Amino acid sequence: MLETMLSYLQYPFMQRAIVVGALVSLCAALLGVSLVLKRYSMIGDGLSHVGFCALSIAAAANLAPLAVAIPVVMAAAFVLLRLNERTRVKGDAAIAMFSTTAVAVGAIVISMTRGMGEVSDYLFGKILSLTDSDVAISIALCAAVLAIFIFLYHRVFAITFDEPFARATGTRVGALNTLIALLTAVTIVIGMRMMGTMLISSLIIFPPLTAMRFFGRFRDVTIGAGVIAVVCFLIGILLSSYFERMPAGACVVAVNAAMFAVFSCAGAVLRRR
Amino acid sequence: MALMELKSVTVAFEGHAAVENVCLKLERGEYTVMLGRNGSGKSTLMRAMLGLVRPKSGQILVGDGLRRDHIGYMPQKTQAQRDFPAAVEEVVRSGLINRMGRRMFYTAEEKARAFENMRLLSIEDLRKTSYAALSGGQQQRALLARALCAADGLLMLDEPVSALDPEATEEFYGVLRMLHRERGMAILMISHDVRSAVRDADKVVVLDREVRFDGTRAAYAQWRKDNA
Repeated sequence: MLETMLSYLQYPFMQRAIVVGALVSLCAALLGVSLVLKRYSMIGDGLSHVGFCALSIAAAANLAPLAVAIPVVMAAAFVLLRLNERTRVKGDAAIAMFSTTAVAVGAIVISMTRGMGEVSDYLFGKILSLTDSDVAISIALCAAVLAIFIFLYHRVFAITFDEPFARATGTRVGALNTLIALLTAVTIVIGMRMMGTMLISSLIIFPPLTAMRFFGRFRDVTIGAGVIAVVCFLIGILLSSYFERMPAGACVVAVNAAMFAVFSCAGAVLRRR
Repeated sequence: MALMELKSVTVAFEGHAAVENVCLKLERGEYTVMLGRNGSGKSTLMRAMLGLVRPKSGQILVGDGLRRDHIGYMPQKTQAQRDFPAAVEEVVRSGLINRMGRRMFYTAEEKARAFENMRLLSIEDLRKTSYAALSGGQQQRALLARALCAADGLLMLDEPVSALDPEATEEFYGVLRMLHRERGMAILMISHDVRSAVRDADKVVVLDREVRFDGTRAAYAQWRKDNA
């Protein structure tokens, strides 16, 4: 079985998928630690829906998908962050409205141009769609995210734990929040073509929550989430290549869900001792 | 001059004036308790003093060597924080961030400062424990230790005892008394606990969109009698 799985590694599309997927999983998990703890996890979901809309329009107009989707989703990230900050109470409803509208527009555009047959590629992803520019962007993205989590680690902790305090003690909270939202936007656009619109936000949510079941220290949660994300991705994509017709995104999410269950049990045992 | 002086400050919140025409002085080493019912603008005024919201008019002057970002702020507790996965030591050290400048990591001296503050509040044994696993009183001590790391002589506390049981409340007041008397810390505490909060205070301020009372604790007792 392992041999069959490893034999797929000689295909360039598989190599691209593994590089892009592992890097995107790592980025999503790190950004996710901050987003989940700040109760911003729905931003990931909202952005993936906007990404669906942008990709369908790019395909209809025959434009390069990334060149359209990355700026559009970045702009959406900016808007969603403001919506969430300004109207705390209605913030989640506003995001839901925003993202369902985007999905509706995307579906209309696809049905009028390429036909609904292609929709499932968007919803559940397709690893064949990754190109060399995805590889280049995901490497740059990963470098940027790692730089923030290494060089601004203490500031990221401060704004995640307590924004008002961080602001009062001179941290530029708005700038850092915006930076995190923009990088989240890029992560989602790159990841969603492989993982699918429906499943990409799970890369943001699962690994941090899994790590939190087990670790009680922010540093351990952050590192743990990154490692868990990459491991789950690799297991997931190898499984999907073995069971040929299985979508990679769904496999990765299923592995993440299993890992969450394992860590929950391990955490419960640890606490009982 | 005073550590902080407010000259006819008006702060608007979502379009309405939350506080109007407030004049106030905070002196070095002075323990002030700010009272007022819910919605009287106490928290908004404190946020303006910290530079988190811009006053609509008036001036907030900082003096006597104090820097605005070197105030030990203890905000109201949020729900998200209650089960946050962080070690006590990580939380306390985050108070050092205003000393970091362009550096990326804490120095050994800064870490020692954080440890010293944990020791002062008797939570040094909990430093590796997860914040989420602490009792309400212990969490407040951790946040106070963090505020002390940030503070150069002035603490601003927004309803620090609101979620504590009577015993933990007494303990917390005891810690503040110690910081005030032994360390010469100036304190501004918001409370709506009229009785025990003012017991250790040098000065009491009553706010209801504007300053209703501003004077010593003794004068406040008299004022309450007159207004009963």
